[in-house]
Amino acid sequence: MTLNRRDFLKWTGAGVAAAFAGCATLPGATRARVVVVGAGFGGATCAKYLRQWDPGLDVTLIEPNDKFVSCPISNWVIGGLRSMDDITHGYDKLPRHGIRMVRDTVVAIDTDKRVVTTRGGANIGYDRLVLAPGIEILTDSVRGFTEAEAAGKVVHAWKAGAQTASLRRQLEAMPDGGTFVMSVPAAPYRCPPGPYERVCMVAHYFKQAKPRSKIILLDGNPDIVSKKGLFTDAWNTLYPGMVDYRPNNAPIAVDGGRMVVTTEFDDVKGDVLNVVPRQRAGEVCALAGARNDSAGNWCTVDLATFESTSVPNVHVIGDSVGSSLPKSGHMATNHAKVCAAAIVELLAGRAPDPVPVVANTCYSATSGDTAGHVAHVYRFEAGKGYVAQPEGGATAKGDAKNFGFADSWSKNIWADMLS
Amino acid sequence: MNKRVPLIGAALAGLALSGLAAAADVHIRTIAATCMTCHGPGGKSQGRNPNLAGQNKDFFVQAMKDFRSGEKPGTIMKRHASGYTDAEIEALGEYFASLK
Repeated sequence: MTLNRRDFLKWTGAGVAAAFAGCATLPGATRARVVVVGAGFGGATCAKYLRQWDPGLDVTLIEPNDKFVSCPISNWVIGGLRSMDDITHGYDKLPRHGIRMVRDTVVAIDTDKRVVTTRGGANIGYDRLVLAPGIEILTDSVRGFTEAEAAGKVVHAWKAGAQTASLRRQLEAMPDGGTFVMSVPAAPYRCPPGPYERVCMVAHYFKQAKPRSKIILLDGNPDIVSKKGLFTDAWNTLYPGMVDYRPNNAPIAVDGGRMVVTTEFDDVKGDVLNVVPRQRAGEVCALAGARNDSAGNWCTVDLATFESTSVPNVHVIGDSVGSSLPKSGHMATNHAKVCAAAIVELLAGRAPDPVPVVANTCYSATSGDTAGHVAHVYRFEAGKGYVAQPEGGATAKGDAKNFGFADSWSKNIWADMLS
Repeated sequence: MNKRVPLIGAALAGLALSGLAAAADVHIRTIAATCMTCHGPGGKSQGRNPNLAGQNKDFFVQAMKDFRSGEKPGTIMKRHASGYTDAEIEALGEYFASLK
């Protein structure tokens, strides 16, 4: 992206203001600068709450896309319950909070000079940097995936958007009696119950429109990772004989020409292929040196502030964080709120809350009008991280009440992050 | 000039006290914000989850305790209500009641 004249004036204006502020000697006269990278559940929420809790902060939110497409509820689009429009939302209300939105991609981060550089050529200084890029999908981890994806023969649809719509179209075009093959990587991956909800949504569609069709789920895990009771009950009672669940079946290769997914045990042929490769923290975390766990896949942070354990003044929130907390959109907004509160305190020279509390609430639809949930409160304890509180857990059977609350949840979380 | 010394002293004492209060406020304000993920920005719900903004404090505290004991039926609220201390529930009730 190239800067237009208005952006140029804005940048120069900001630069001049920063230069003058830098000369000021009175404490409190300088507007502390926070740059947030990524306007998903984590980033948008963090930017908004930073400004809400300290209107004196200079907050810049950098995001390459002009619209937000929600991963939660995207399985409902695949099942035909919702449209792409229902899960697509603008960023137009965020500037009202005094957030400066920059539509661009970060290409470099100088963590010594504390400057972020964008593809468009802007250099944006920060006192605190928040990285919320979501996941990077390791398409090379499944042989042949990249070629088959380019040929339109396989999708992951694990970032909501064009591939979500494509998967829906492919299912609509599939003849009755066809086979949908889905494969899931070993944990950790984004949205633990997501694959099993997707199977329910496709089964819901097949039951109505293509009742002779089959679903094969190749799971890289030894068992259903989340809400096992809920999904097993739905497959047995709502879609008997339709779902062929195969644990310990990580995909090795995909062949778009033969429409085959290869696992350690089998070549599995399908009419529609949905292969979800392994994932790691978004690339921008590596630019900052924050993708720092032993395998170089996820980001290790101080979970009370979400500051990187290896790069000072850089915070990471959302799916990129390596921890025992589930990688969900809801969880990302909770990271965002704890992180925003900590940054406000740190920039004011105060100690952040040493014992924050977060919660996760995650609904999965099992049919067109039933859903179940998993919910936990997690309390931070020094030396232990977040400890799940004992009353947390999941529903054993989907019902209409949970479906209604799932719908309500989506409206509230989208409003909380974007309006 | 004479007046400055006690004023500074008072300011420092005030800072120390308000520092403690502020830490408690931040803890509660952050938990309250996590409730708003489901109950809507500012505690104003866009769906069927009830509003938290302007909720009567005693009603809120009783409802949380009844969710916890199982006396009040619900879907996920027993799981949530059980995760907070009595003091947090009291403070949250006060905070939500203060929101317009």
